[in-house]
Amino acid sequence: MLAYYLRLGLRSLRRNPVLTGLMIMAIGFGVAASMTTFAVFRAVSGNPIPWKSGQLFVPQIDGFGPTGRDPGDNGEPPDALNYQDTMALMRAHPASRQTALYPVAIAVVPADASKQPFSVSGYAVTTDFFGMFEMPFQYGNGWGANEDDKRASTVVISSKLNQKLFDGANSVGRNIVLDNRDYRIVGVAKSWDPRPRYYDVVNTSGFGDSPDFFMPFSRAIDLQMDTDGNNNCNKAPDGGWDAWLQSTCVWLTVWAELPDAAAVQRYRSYLDGYAADQKRAGRYNWAPNNRLRNVMEWLDHEHVVPQETKVSLLVALGFLVVCLVNTIGLLLAKFMRRSQEIGVRRALGASRREIYTQFLAEASMVGVAGGVLGLLLTAGGVYSIGLVFEPEIAALAHVDFGLIGLTLLVAIGATVIAAFYPTWRAAQVQPAWQLKSN
Amino acid sequence: MQIQPILAALKRHKAGTILIALQIALTLAIVCNALFIIKQRVTHLSRATGIDEQNILSVRNQWVGKPPSQQVSGLTATDLAALRQIPGVIDAYSTNSYPLRQGGWSEGLDYKPNQDHSTAHTAIYFSDEHTLDTLGLKLIEGRNFRAEEIGRMDMRDKLAPPTIIITRELAHKLYPDGSSLGKVVYLSNNPTTIIGVVDQLEVPWVDTWASPWSEQSTLVPVRLAMSLGSFYLIRTQPGQLDAVTKQVSKALYGVNRMRVIDPKDGVQSFSQTRAKAYARDRGMAILMGVVCVVLLAITAAGIVGLTSFWVGQRRKQIGVRRALGATHRDILSYFLTENLLISLGGVIVGALLAIGMNMWMVSHFEMARLSLTYVVAGVVVLLLLGQAAVLAPALRASRVPPVEATRSV
Repeated sequence: MLAYYLRLGLRSLRRNPVLTGLMIMAIGFGVAASMTTFAVFRAVSGNPIPWKSGQLFVPQIDGFGPTGRDPGDNGEPPDALNYQDTMALMRAHPASRQTALYPVAIAVVPADASKQPFSVSGYAVTTDFFGMFEMPFQYGNGWGANEDDKRASTVVISSKLNQKLFDGANSVGRNIVLDNRDYRIVGVAKSWDPRPRYYDVVNTSGFGDSPDFFMPFSRAIDLQMDTDGNNNCNKAPDGGWDAWLQSTCVWLTVWAELPDAAAVQRYRSYLDGYAADQKRAGRYNWAPNNRLRNVMEWLDHEHVVPQETKVSLLVALGFLVVCLVNTIGLLLAKFMRRSQEIGVRRALGASRREIYTQFLAEASMVGVAGGVLGLLLTAGGVYSIGLVFEPEIAALAHVDFGLIGLTLLVAIGATVIAAFYPTWRAAQVQPAWQLKSN
Repeated sequence: MQIQPILAALKRHKAGTILIALQIALTLAIVCNALFIIKQRVTHLSRATGIDEQNILSVRNQWVGKPPSQQVSGLTATDLAALRQIPGVIDAYSTNSYPLRQGGWSEGLDYKPNQDHSTAHTAIYFSDEHTLDTLGLKLIEGRNFRAEEIGRMDMRDKLAPPTIIITRELAHKLYPDGSSLGKVVYLSNNPTTIIGVVDQLEVPWVDTWASPWSEQSTLVPVRLAMSLGSFYLIRTQPGQLDAVTKQVSKALYGVNRMRVIDPKDGVQSFSQTRAKAYARDRGMAILMGVVCVVLLAITAAGIVGLTSFWVGQRRKQIGVRRALGATHRDILSYFLTENLLISLGGVIVGALLAIGMNMWMVSHFEMARLSLTYVVAGVVVLLLLGQAAVLAPALRASRVPPVEATRSV
């Protein structure tokens, strides 16, 4: 019977090609707009480390105080730490694993003198970084705690940089020259680039080029390597590198791995104790104002999803709703035009249920056609998304099986939902009245 | 034209009427807000920087080995001399940042030392005596820096220039009632004298947080040894930008090989900088524009579709009216009025929806209050759109012959 209804539906849809086309286009455009913007939203709002995001935390300690802040930031402490607080946290080590980090940039001088130097960017981190964030290695490993202590000139490089400098060969144990200094390569990372780059969303948008290298934090500080990211001061420090380290300027991030609630609680009370100590010592003259946020809370706090992405998704969903209202109207017109046919079928013994099946079958055909059109438009939309969103973000949006399935599902589901009211009206047709009136 | 019979007829088509009105209402709400977003974005991205944009290009230069400021001064001077030698170059200088770069140095300016909250936010541009000439800035008061006034500093040294040049907006913010020339203000707790005022110079950031002070910039007579690379800004003679762009890297590498100029975006014309800085705004404006056009098209098509159906359904009644003496014009205006009534209902609800939607966005995103002009414009557009969409089916209705009354289906 369903096959018969589908045939009937097809015939009816063919009878008004313009109306049918209109409905298919409305569904297609509505679904494509929603799916294209959703593809972007999905790409930027995802959880970069779902299995562990609840165990990785960023501590914030208020080094600015109420007078050092802009009145607009609602008492939130700065989103980075100063050097003194960072070192206190690193020394006390109140977490099972933790790392301090800041972005650095450096010039690589190729051994081949005919090649020009080029710039690479990376991070100064401690040994725990690699394990905490589960960075995979192609060759070698991260460095150990003793290399942190010895302030060793070791470095982990990305597979991209390894490709460029060593043609992808195992370079562990070899040296590279960074800004006129030798560094020993201890590890080559497999391509690893979580999006957003959650471990540093303070200095980046979270979607820029992936880092080329990692070096020991202690070594970077020894070499007075300046941050390649933001530096924020509430008070101008006295001149010079050491005065900057002593100052309350914030430019560092600490990450702590806290596997359970008890560990989180311990870390929190450590932070509160530390801030209270600082107050007692007269370094900060305000009440402790700390935060401890896990990955997703941190991404939300740092507004990693650009508001443009959210607004476009909302507008696109509104657009889909208009398209659906449009489809309801057109389906209503289409179905009610066939009151007579419905009357005849009902008089000949078709139940309301049969009428429902017939018209919903017809509507789902519109949905399928709309879905296919929507899919083509979505593919086109995702392809040309670079016109609308920044290249870093546009590059992340892609069409996959999930999106294809969702597009078809939304198209058919939305059309069938839109068809419910017109179908209900069709099923209410009184056979006697229809037959009598003519 | 009698409205009563139209309302009576609409009562028999409640569902269709409500659907069209709802569609118009939603379309109006979305179109108003989308147009408003477009207008805001376009205003934002057409903000002037105050510099001679057509003829300016920037070069990001990073020294290998992070030389200290004593050395950088000499290296920079040699580079700048080489750049000024390139045919077509008017002038050049080196700095930490420039308008629309989206990264730079900001400070507070205070009336007195150790002030709790700064009097004015400002962007700091490290400059020399060539800055005004290179950027094409108009000095409206005071004087330019002299060559012997240009100091130097390392990245983490104290910023303590004895003199500064500020923008007109900043001067006004500091001294709304008089001239700021010769006044002493405090820059990171160090006194400094305002020696000049330029007409306009935008800060490096286009983000919302900097927009309240987007015109408050300060030029400091200091050469900064930036460990991560500084910028050369070059002004060319009109029409020479492309020719100069091609030669810049070669000229600089010719002077000294131990540097990095990114082959991809190390040398940028200012129009590239502008495009990059405002990519989000432009994209948002394009997206909203497309949404508006498609949405209006779909709504118009929906009105055409439903009205055509109604006309088809009422052929017999139209025939009866025609037979009883109604003219073409009567039938035409019947359908036009009917649409106008439905549209009016739709736009009233839509106007409220538009305002509600905007209020919700104001509370959730960095969005301004919707100005009523947009609502009024949207209402007019949708009413006209409705009338235009209904015209074709209404004309078809008006051509229904009176004889239709006597036909039975």
